[in-house]
Amino acid sequence: MKKRAVLLALTAFVIATVAGCQKDDDNNSSSGEKEFELLAGTFSVYDESPNAFGHAGDHLSSQNELDFFVGNSFFNQNWVMFGASTTARDGLGPTFNARSCSGCHFKDGRGRLPDYFGETTSGFLVRLSVPGEGDDGSPLPEPTYGGQFQNQSIQDSVPYEGSVRISFETVTGQYPDGTAYSLRKPVCSFEDLAFGPMDPNTLTSIRVANQMIGMGLLDAIPEADLLAYVDETDADGDGVSGRPNYVWNIAENTQTLGRFGWKANMPDVLQQVAGAFHGDIGITSYLFPSNNCPDPQNSCQGAALDSLGPEIDDDDLQKVVLYSSTLAVPVRRNYKDDDVVAGRKLFKKAGCISCHVETFTTGTHPTIPELSNIEIHPYTDLLLHDMGEGLSDNRPDYLATGLEWRTPPLWGVGLIEVVNGHSTFLHDGRARNLEEAILWHGGEAQNAKDYFMQLNATKRSQIIAFLNSL
Amino acid sequence: MKRYITLAVAATLAFTACNKDDDSSNNGQTTSLNNHKRETIEAYAGLVYVSYQEAYDKAVEMESAIDAFVSNPTSSTQQSAKDAWLAAREPYGLTEAFRFGDGPIDDENGPEGLLNAWPLDEGYIDYTEMDLTSGIINDPTNYPTISEDLLESLNEEGGEENVSVGFHAIEFLLWGQDLNPGGDYSNAGQRSYNDYVSGSGATNVDRRKAYLAACASLVVEHLNDMVNEWAPNANNYRADFVADDLDVSLAKIMKGISILSKGELAGERIYVAVDNQDQEDEHSCFSDNTHRDIITNAQGIRNVFFCQNTDLSYSGYSLFNMIAGEDADLAQEISDLVEGSVDMAENMHIPFDEALTQAASRDQLLELVANLQQQGDKLVEAGAEVGITISADLPD
Repeated sequence: MKKRAVLLALTAFVIATVAGCQKDDDNNSSSGEKEFELLAGTFSVYDESPNAFGHAGDHLSSQNELDFFVGNSFFNQNWVMFGASTTARDGLGPTFNARSCSGCHFKDGRGRLPDYFGETTSGFLVRLSVPGEGDDGSPLPEPTYGGQFQNQSIQDSVPYEGSVRISFETVTGQYPDGTAYSLRKPVCSFEDLAFGPMDPNTLTSIRVANQMIGMGLLDAIPEADLLAYVDETDADGDGVSGRPNYVWNIAENTQTLGRFGWKANMPDVLQQVAGAFHGDIGITSYLFPSNNCPDPQNSCQGAALDSLGPEIDDDDLQKVVLYSSTLAVPVRRNYKDDDVVAGRKLFKKAGCISCHVETFTTGTHPTIPELSNIEIHPYTDLLLHDMGEGLSDNRPDYLATGLEWRTPPLWGVGLIEVVNGHSTFLHDGRARNLEEAILWHGGEAQNAKDYFMQLNATKRSQIIAFLNSL
Repeated sequence: MKRYITLAVAATLAFTACNKDDDSSNNGQTTSLNNHKRETIEAYAGLVYVSYQEAYDKAVEMESAIDAFVSNPTSSTQQSAKDAWLAAREPYGLTEAFRFGDGPIDDENGPEGLLNAWPLDEGYIDYTEMDLTSGIINDPTNYPTISEDLLESLNEEGGEENVSVGFHAIEFLLWGQDLNPGGDYSNAGQRSYNDYVSGSGATNVDRRKAYLAACASLVVEHLNDMVNEWAPNANNYRADFVADDLDVSLAKIMKGISILSKGELAGERIYVAVDNQDQEDEHSCFSDNTHRDIITNAQGIRNVFFCQNTDLSYSGYSLFNMIAGEDADLAQEISDLVEGSVDMAENMHIPFDEALTQAASRDQLLELVANLQQQGDKLVEAGAEVGITISADLPD
């Protein structure tokens, strides 16, 4: 969210005016669609502008409303190295990927692959590991560079770990109707490695930053309701066998269900936020008290100053968690258009909703009551699915295999281009549009993709129109 | 909970606005209220115009002073440039009451982020105490030529705090970082005019001059656009605004000052700084002029509510008049809150960065925050008084 266009729920005032006017005469045309206009019930917001992802959800308490702004300030503003004149936001690095959350989640939206070699902050990073797992089930970090590659550092005396070069392989194919397509697959390589070559068995995975909307609502879906979609042995024979990831929950000191991250490797918004501060910006917190300086990186360790305590206070971290939990979900656009209505039917018929589940109702949110008991349409089951060899990163993460990915929520996908000026999708931003994202589906999603592919061009475009309405 | 009603009111207002067409009531009371709405909207448009005109005039003077400074940098020309910046901030601060209403200042293509974006990471623009080679100015390799187009294209690249242009970029280039050495808050930033003198030992002097001059020119250009959009008798935004559905335009006016009250001023500009107790969160942190930003914003809201400019050279039929016609008590209540905000702002501890360090002055600021929040809520309530039914449902 940006200072110049601070958006309260009040903004709905006039935005609603416009929406209201467009909707005057809709009574009977498409019954059954209306309830899907608001993707997050009373936590929806009427905005389709570049600020669409930056609103506080409606009816926050007046204290939460103020704290939302404080969280926003920690989200947007750049952190600086320890010792700078600013005191609230110092402790950057020693190594890092971005100086602020908004550096990758620009306008609370989605990152992308770099446009050119050397573009430092576009909203992607590379995870690293070697085969095996730690005591808590987590991936084993690469011994020299750790679990994530940091391409920036605070000063010359602390080397950044190196640079990432992205190149692309081309994959071509054609629809049954003869229409040809060409997809790109990013491959990363490392240059200027400051501490010598990586372990020869290093596993890598490119990840782009995801849009921030509705995270608190996803956090509040009752676990049992998610687990109801688990079908590990595919007992119902539909080819889809979602399974839960169980990951180390630091605050609870045990394994719990994973909900966030491309492989559902984070249990909740709190750990997701604290983990991103730690891994991406180099900010320690009570959950991650030690800076990320793997053993050979002596100057990083020297600059880390862990003994001074967390670089973000518990209270401030909670406000960023509040902020990250209460960003509202924009309502759908054009949801009554004939093509969109037809597209939604096809989406269901193709079986996409086996994983992109349409509807849940949130339970009781433990700390933010405003998020409780809301019917939502996130189009995800938060479970892991084998997506086939083409999309695989071959890098396990807790229970997730190299072939498995968490179903990402689809709300907001139609606004990424407006908010972030690009339309790239999937974990590594390889898909240049929603159609390419569909074409990369495989594994458990093969049947759904085959269904999509055998449709004629008009019907395929209806599915895309539906996705763009989300 | 209050917020929920707030939204419902707003939403319902929207609904009412859209369906108004078919309520061709000949009821005299409705006609009179509609006339009052029309008068309010037309007088508001006039206020916006004269206010932007004044902001533009002062920006032109600022640009001249900055041009004089860069062509002959001395302590005295630097001071004149600073004075002109401070003078330009006064009328600009008042115009912020015209934001948040989907008007030309901050609609999708509006220049607000190029005029007044903050907070800014000073290291994105020029050297800092921490890093003597940081910033666009000191990076001729990647940015060989400083131009207005380049600087605008770099605004908010790679992060929302990466602000390259606007009033606060100029402020940093004139004052420099406000380091408050040893906890002494009595001085603002202490940038030397030697940063603009070739041979003084400063680096990239010509680039810094070009940068500062480009920023000043851009501010003038964008404010000129605002003047043109609100000029009378032209084919512009104002023409559409006064011709639009009465309730749509009225909602924009009221939404603007409600959001400025509750969100921007109470939330972003005051509460965040108080809560963080960090100078980084103060609006004009380099010049220690934040108290004037807060005061002029509060005055700008008052100007809109009473439809008058600060020196009373312009006045017209106001929101106050219109609301009083329906509910005199509520109009008085809002009036008290609006005047109260200005009073509290005028009596806040100066400088703002020092106010953040003291419990008593923080409490004063929190009172102002509460007053502004209430003011925002009451303004929305006033929407209901001018013909809007309260409903707890989202718009249909």
